[in-house]
Amino acid sequence: MSDQGGRALLYRGLDWDFDTIRRVYAAIEEIAQKELGLDTYPNQIEVISAEQMLDAYASNGLPINYAHWSFGKRFAQHEAVYRKGWGGLAYEIVINSDPCISYIMEANTATMQTLVIAHAAFGHNHFFKNNYLFRAWTDAEGIINYLDFAKKYITRCEEEYGKRAVEVILDAAHALTSHGVHHYQRRKKPELAMEERRERERQLYHERVYDDLWRTVPTRAAKRPANVDEARRRALLDLPQENLLYFIERTAPRLRPWQREILRIVRQIAQYFYPQGQTQVMNEGCATYCHYAIMNRLSERGQISDGHFLEFLQSHTNVVFQPSFEQSPRINPYALGFAMMSDIHRICVDPTEEDREWFPDIAGSGSPTEVLKSVWAEYRDESFILQYLSPRLIREWRFFHLVDDPSQPHLRVAAIHNEAGYRRIRRALARQYDIGQNRPDIQVVDVDLAGDRRLIVHHKVENGVFLKADEAEQVLQQLANLWGYEVLLAEVDESGRSLREHKAAPSPATEIAYRTG
Amino acid sequence: MYIVDRRLNPGGKSLGNRQRFLRRARELARRAVREGIKDRSIKDLDRGGEVTVPDRSLREPVLRRSSEGLHDVVLPGNKEYLEGDTIARPPGGSGGGGGNEGSPDGEGEDDFRFVLSQDEYLDIFLEDLELPDLRKRKLATAEKMGHRRGGYTTAGPPANLAVMRTMRNSLSRRIALQRPKLEREQALAQEIEDLEREGSDPERLAALRLELDKVRLRMRRIAYIDPLDLRFHQLVPQRKTVAQAVMFCLMDVSGSMTEEMKELAKRFFMLLHIFLRRRYHHVEIVFIRHTQKAEEVDENTFFYSTETGGTVVSTALELMAQICTERYRPDDWNIYGAQASDGDNEYRDGPKVAALLQDAILPLSQYFAYIEVGRSGIDHSELWGSYETVKQKSDVLAMKKVRSRSEIYPVFRELFRAKGQAQER
Repeated sequence: MSDQGGRALLYRGLDWDFDTIRRVYAAIEEIAQKELGLDTYPNQIEVISAEQMLDAYASNGLPINYAHWSFGKRFAQHEAVYRKGWGGLAYEIVINSDPCISYIMEANTATMQTLVIAHAAFGHNHFFKNNYLFRAWTDAEGIINYLDFAKKYITRCEEEYGKRAVEVILDAAHALTSHGVHHYQRRKKPELAMEERRERERQLYHERVYDDLWRTVPTRAAKRPANVDEARRRALLDLPQENLLYFIERTAPRLRPWQREILRIVRQIAQYFYPQGQTQVMNEGCATYCHYAIMNRLSERGQISDGHFLEFLQSHTNVVFQPSFEQSPRINPYALGFAMMSDIHRICVDPTEEDREWFPDIAGSGSPTEVLKSVWAEYRDESFILQYLSPRLIREWRFFHLVDDPSQPHLRVAAIHNEAGYRRIRRALARQYDIGQNRPDIQVVDVDLAGDRRLIVHHKVENGVFLKADEAEQVLQQLANLWGYEVLLAEVDESGRSLREHKAAPSPATEIAYRTG
Repeated sequence: MYIVDRRLNPGGKSLGNRQRFLRRARELARRAVREGIKDRSIKDLDRGGEVTVPDRSLREPVLRRSSEGLHDVVLPGNKEYLEGDTIARPPGGSGGGGGNEGSPDGEGEDDFRFVLSQDEYLDIFLEDLELPDLRKRKLATAEKMGHRRGGYTTAGPPANLAVMRTMRNSLSRRIALQRPKLEREQALAQEIEDLEREGSDPERLAALRLELDKVRLRMRRIAYIDPLDLRFHQLVPQRKTVAQAVMFCLMDVSGSMTEEMKELAKRFFMLLHIFLRRRYHHVEIVFIRHTQKAEEVDENTFFYSTETGGTVVSTALELMAQICTERYRPDDWNIYGAQASDGDNEYRDGPKVAALLQDAILPLSQYFAYIEVGRSGIDHSELWGSYETVKQKSDVLAMKKVRSRSEIYPVFRELFRAKGQAQER
């Protein structure tokens, strides 16, 4: 980092134009590639208006999406908040695609655009391209084309089968999306471009493979022996199965091919978002660390003025502000992410005795960028916190671990920021980011093929935490509508004993929409 | 790096989603709009606005954990706690901050709030209302100039280029002039390359080269698309006829009409005005107030200045008929009348009113609504009696009594209910 100052300012004042953006981009790119060594997808920067930002919000930031009322609801919600002035809009949205699309708001000042480009087009972009979860689960190259296919497919279904029929399927699919992703055993990276071509073959294939179910339809039932071979059946149905949508898509006896395809679309998109839910702290931490480093370098090189640098610092501090727990129990992912990244930087460059003891691998290594890059590539929030939350940071943040045991009259402080508590706090905080902890453990365990074709689903109850009953009933109703027969959801403890049961049968009203559609 | 300016893209990308959402929320929105109408001032009526609907039917359920059972949470900002300290449960549910964990979007069971645009608001507001007796609806002549497609021209702006037609011309010209096809050029080039590689048959090679030059020359001479081929869509200006309507507001302003009654009448007139504006491009309003004599006034005077005197309703009807013949010929205009009165009338005027109404006003009008305001107890006012006799012979006349503000809207709906769903009482 030899050259200090002496360069021309990239812009003056608040206003920007496309030349400003190009200049700023070039300067940032130079720093990002030469000094930080970031490895990014090519960038595509799109300038959008407030209304378009609301559009993007409504569809989870996706540039193209199929039509569904829930997106309209989200739009109306955000719009009401925005119009009343209760909340501003994001400065940017970035999409994990190749090329990487970043939306930037037209209302941003020149400094904000610089910040946003450094943050999104380089920070997030690098993370998307390098983190192992994104590499394993998402297909950045194919996503835009796939979304386009999905949108057209669903529009075609609406034309052919009616909007109502498509809506009931999408409603049901959306209710199950949180349980519509694969968590393990991914054989290969998804190739979304193949999806469209496969669609037809898949229909034929499925009809052939699952005729075991078809053969149990009453007309032929008499020919089947009453007890199908237990193990064979389970293997055939791929049980137990925790991906409910996948199971329904493959196995539900009464769905039409186009209905299965819609379930598949919802599932693919949920799978695409799956890594984002597990890497929020890291992703924002990475992007915030990058923009902070880049903006500092730009300032050192004399490419942005001191006034603009102060403007940047102000928005930066706003972004990484963590209110104390009395104001908000939520941990700000920007704040935690940035603090941890900066802390790793410090440990690499200027470690204390404590750091050497806790992080012998990286303490004093002197190459923070290399360490951070490997961290960004190989961890998700849970493992990242479990590995890298330092005692010093625990002290600085004054973390404490609070336990609410209903059998006790009071809440209990289980650990605080002292020698005895560091590891426990670290473990508890990491668990808070574990997707397996945040999402109830639901599995399809059996189907009564010989009898009434009832679907049996289990929720494994841990620590006495049951499902929220009213919503569970509603979701179960959707599941029953898709399955076409009765569904039983049992909440079971570790030994498999059922503690609570919910039942649902397909509702006649939606039945009509499903079968006539 | 590419920069794309999306701001110029057509807006309304979420329109389809919004329509689907509104269809879903329609029943709730309708109820909210009708409840809300009581609190809105007439002036804001057509402005659209926020409605609040219960979240229930718009909820998107997912499987999530309840707040029962054992929970724990790591929080920042410890000030005084030591390990083993106990803290009283915060009132209003267990969880100590952990209880809300399961709701990542922060959306509880609260009411759902959103903003309806003016059109959406009025759509719901005036849903299943219909203007009575549209069969006589007249179209006025030539109010506005519009454009329509009118064939093709050979010149025009690029945006109007008729691609299909242009390509058709290009194709036929290419066939007629025997422009060599691209495949032919490629085949020749390929064959030459092959021969060059093999080195055999130099004679054929030379011939082929000559041929290829010829083909290429011809391709250059005969353009793929020639300016001659270009065709553009043509727009020709056209007069458009636009339906227009005039609405007569007749009100008794004699001493017996209190401010409150006038307010009721005003609400009714406003509703009618909004309604007509939805149906016609152009709506004019004529205000006629009367005591023992009638005059045409502006809106402000109509509603806010007081006048004393007796009550002779026939003067107002006479004036209306007169204005119609002078300014709004029934051939060109759709005429609507709305009259508000407390029902007082000079007793000798009764027969004259009935005759005027039957012979002069109703034949001109599409619809004539009479509302009697503010009376309670008395079943039949004099005016009501006179109108009743006319009503039996005509279906253009409608009459209702209104006593309080909350009745205005239901009465209005009843007067204009779409034919198919009428007669529920």
